[in-house]
Amino acid sequence: MFGKLSLAAIPLDQPIPMTASLIVALAGLGVLGWIAAKGYVPYLWKEWICSVDHKRIGVMYTLLAMVMLLRGFSDALMMRSQQALAFHSGGYLAPEHYDQIFSAHGTIMIFFVAMPFLIGLMNFVLPLQLGVRDVAFPTLNSVSFWLTATGVLLVNLSLVIGEFARTGWLPYPPLSELQYSPGVGVDYYLWSLQIAGVGTLLTGVNFVTTILKLRAPGMSYLRMPMFCWTSLAANLLIVAAFPILTATLAMLTLDRYLGFHFFTNGGGGNLMMFMNLIWAWGHPEVYILILPAFGIYSEVVSTFSGKPLFGYRSMVMATMAICILSFTVWLHHFFTMGAGADVNAIFGIASMIIAVPTGVKVFNWLFTMYGGTVRFTTPMLWSLGFMVTFVIGGMTGVLLAVPPADFLLHNSLFLIAHFHNVIIGGVLFGAFAGYTYWFPKAFGFRLHEGLGQAAFWCWLVGFYVAFMPLYVLGFMGMTRRMQHYDVPEWRPWLLIAAVGSAIITIGIVLQIVQLVVSIRNRESLRDETGDPWDGRSLEWSTPSPPPAFNFAVLPNVEGEEAYWGVKSTARERGQLRDEPAYEAIEMPRNSPTGFVCAFFATIVGFSLIWHIWWFAAVGFLGAYATFVAFAWRDHHEEFIPVEEVARIDRANRASRAAALARRAAS
Amino acid sequence: MGLAGFFRARIRALSPWRGAAIAAALLPLAGCFPAALDPQGPVGAQEKTILLDSVGIMLVVVVPTIVATLAFAFWYRAGNTKARRLPDFAYSGRIEMVVWSIPILVIIFLGGLAWVGSHELDPAKPLASPNKPLEVDVVSLDWKWLFIYPAQGIASVNQLTIPVGVPVHFTLTSASVMNTFFVPQLGGMIYTMNGMADQLNLQADHPGAYYGESAHYSGDGFSDMHFMVNAVSPQDFAAWVQKTHGAGPALDGGAYQALAKQSINVAPFTYGSADPNLFQAIVTQTQAPGPGPQTGQPTADVSPRTRG
Repeated sequence: MFGKLSLAAIPLDQPIPMTASLIVALAGLGVLGWIAAKGYVPYLWKEWICSVDHKRIGVMYTLLAMVMLLRGFSDALMMRSQQALAFHSGGYLAPEHYDQIFSAHGTIMIFFVAMPFLIGLMNFVLPLQLGVRDVAFPTLNSVSFWLTATGVLLVNLSLVIGEFARTGWLPYPPLSELQYSPGVGVDYYLWSLQIAGVGTLLTGVNFVTTILKLRAPGMSYLRMPMFCWTSLAANLLIVAAFPILTATLAMLTLDRYLGFHFFTNGGGGNLMMFMNLIWAWGHPEVYILILPAFGIYSEVVSTFSGKPLFGYRSMVMATMAICILSFTVWLHHFFTMGAGADVNAIFGIASMIIAVPTGVKVFNWLFTMYGGTVRFTTPMLWSLGFMVTFVIGGMTGVLLAVPPADFLLHNSLFLIAHFHNVIIGGVLFGAFAGYTYWFPKAFGFRLHEGLGQAAFWCWLVGFYVAFMPLYVLGFMGMTRRMQHYDVPEWRPWLLIAAVGSAIITIGIVLQIVQLVVSIRNRESLRDETGDPWDGRSLEWSTPSPPPAFNFAVLPNVEGEEAYWGVKSTARERGQLRDEPAYEAIEMPRNSPTGFVCAFFATIVGFSLIWHIWWFAAVGFLGAYATFVAFAWRDHHEEFIPVEEVARIDRANRASRAAALARRAAS
Repeated sequence: MGLAGFFRARIRALSPWRGAAIAAALLPLAGCFPAALDPQGPVGAQEKTILLDSVGIMLVVVVPTIVATLAFAFWYRAGNTKARRLPDFAYSGRIEMVVWSIPILVIIFLGGLAWVGSHELDPAKPLASPNKPLEVDVVSLDWKWLFIYPAQGIASVNQLTIPVGVPVHFTLTSASVMNTFFVPQLGGMIYTMNGMADQLNLQADHPGAYYGESAHYSGDGFSDMHFMVNAVSPQDFAAWVQKTHGAGPALDGGAYQALAKQSINVAPFTYGSADPNLFQAIVTQTQAPGPGPQTGQPTADVSPRTRG
């Protein structure tokens, strides 16, 4: 009846997961209770859960990522403290627990923090920058988000019911095969990633279509802001690479569930095929994460230097070069597998070639500042911190691409330091830069500047204190994923690294405080004009927060930096353009399809993990029925009346005119 | 072959004073400490040279870039009245050319180093030496290392004894899951995989005890998968072989299957005789792969550090 599931699956004897999940459950119930008590449930359901508005979905993605950052970071703190303690002793985490923690940390940080954070920002920003009203497939967008949430739910469920994978963030066979991992951990990993992966693939299709097919009149490809270009590249990579992940994980699933022999030791299976396939997805994945971040830095550095992006066309070329080259380097993740000198050398050189367009990008940001008027706001600080840190990470990456050097450093803490150097210093700093940059656009008020800067400094210093020792430890021969060790020379560096993680903790606390303080002081931080940073692209022409329809009249783009051109003309003439002729706007209706679909997907995932076949069938039927019901709808759009459109746009024009007058007076 | 010749000469040129200087710098770290930058053999030393050269080449670009980033940001700060503002400066063909050329030049240089280095230091390439290499077959098991000396007919677990100054040719496989054989001070790691045999050539130049480990996570007992490499004089090695021969248990199919069961923190021991066909039987899976855990949870006898 319940497959493998029984009460024994709940680890009542383990205090850490039980306490953690108890706290999370209480906090969740508290929030739900508060929402119910305040009577917000209908609002939450209608305006958020069922929303197909790209801005709302973007906000929910970002919120999901930030909550999961707390989970993933708790895992990081446990790992750092375990390694600080576990010298000549077992520390406080037994291997089977520690192994779950580092597996969960990597899985969560990549799939449920970095991905949703950037997809959230893309969701929010892309249609605004392109000058359109929504993405190409709004309901599909909601489905994508809720399927990602299903993945998150399943990963967190593994804390309380059963276990998570003990195989690392990529489940290399044969360790991940049934013979060596008989528990449900790998199954939790597989189904949560498969379900979330479907969501990510749909997002990729959605955004590629949006960028290729939906742009404001006059917005040619070479007039798109840099963030749109990098998002296009990242989403093309998603469309090309995520099916490989899906197929690879499906093969492992068939091995585990139906006794296939794709990657098993016996029966002609081949684990090296898994390595090739997983990294054929895995290396493009790195660029799926970093390219949108590059786009954010391009926007931020240009805005806060008060200059157009230097070498725009060069940047476009570099972005697309990275997009293509990222598929040609996967083998550098296993130079030490004995592939032979020619293969290693060719993939080593291919990996280095990616450093060329990346280096070009760094130099172009540098020359964007040259001759500019640099304002050190929080987003700009994140960007500067990135430029300095990422150059170091890039250098250590190229070093690992030299096969003989990799023979000494592969899988060591040097590698760990390298990819945290580029993922924290590149992706996460970019996500934070984007978060502080676009927050006023999303919510109509700025984030507290002082607290934001304090958080930045804690993160920056904490990063260096936590990860520079790991580079040293790599040179000292310490390999990754050690639950305990007996080498006394390693210990001081691990203690320093633990201090670094404590400094980052302060940074995270400051970010939470910043959010709370900013919400409390929102009236004094109010963004009246919709253009708080003196921005250059179209999102800054809308009110903050933008109305559901984004633009009362679709903008007519007449050059690069669409909004800067309009703003400059208005400043020269001392007045805005004439009021356009307003029309009623047709917008897609909100729909519970995404949420209901994800509800059934959760049932499917959970039942398959625990081998409850009949319940999985129920889930499949439910999900199918949801789609049929959605396909049969006959009322899928609604009109926003012309008076409403005119009222909102006139208010926006009035605040812009006031800002113009203030500027003329000063 | 200007560039390639240069790199080849560079990799081979192991000036003794330079090694001595680095050894002196790392002296406080000597002993069994596994510093990858304190090589004790030719492979590790060459890999270290390549590593340091690569870092040097890149620092030439990286340091000025970091300095320029900070300098530009500081000089063009909003409050600086002396800075000349160029608010429309967004393109310059000359700068673009420089900006593309610098990374390309660095990569040409590093690419040459990578090409030559990959071929010179291919793990399967025999080491140049007047001495005949010692053959050692390596098997990674859950969670210990088995070293078989086919010519000597002996074997050891979690300890590797090798003669100084003699190349060692390792043939490696795994009994169950993937691991990586790595002795940081000798250089060059390589994966061990079930059903496949990899090759690695290493040599120790100085007597000593060197730390060896698995550099690829392989499950709950992974942290204890380390071993000591005893590099001894050829005379001492011969004596060790003689002493080991005939003493202790015999390594045959049955003993191997017993060893293949999961166990953690196994104390080093030796086999007085070893089936010469055993390694081949493991690679061809005539000897079945290691059984893995017998239940979902590790039991206390598998994992002594786990209580309950």
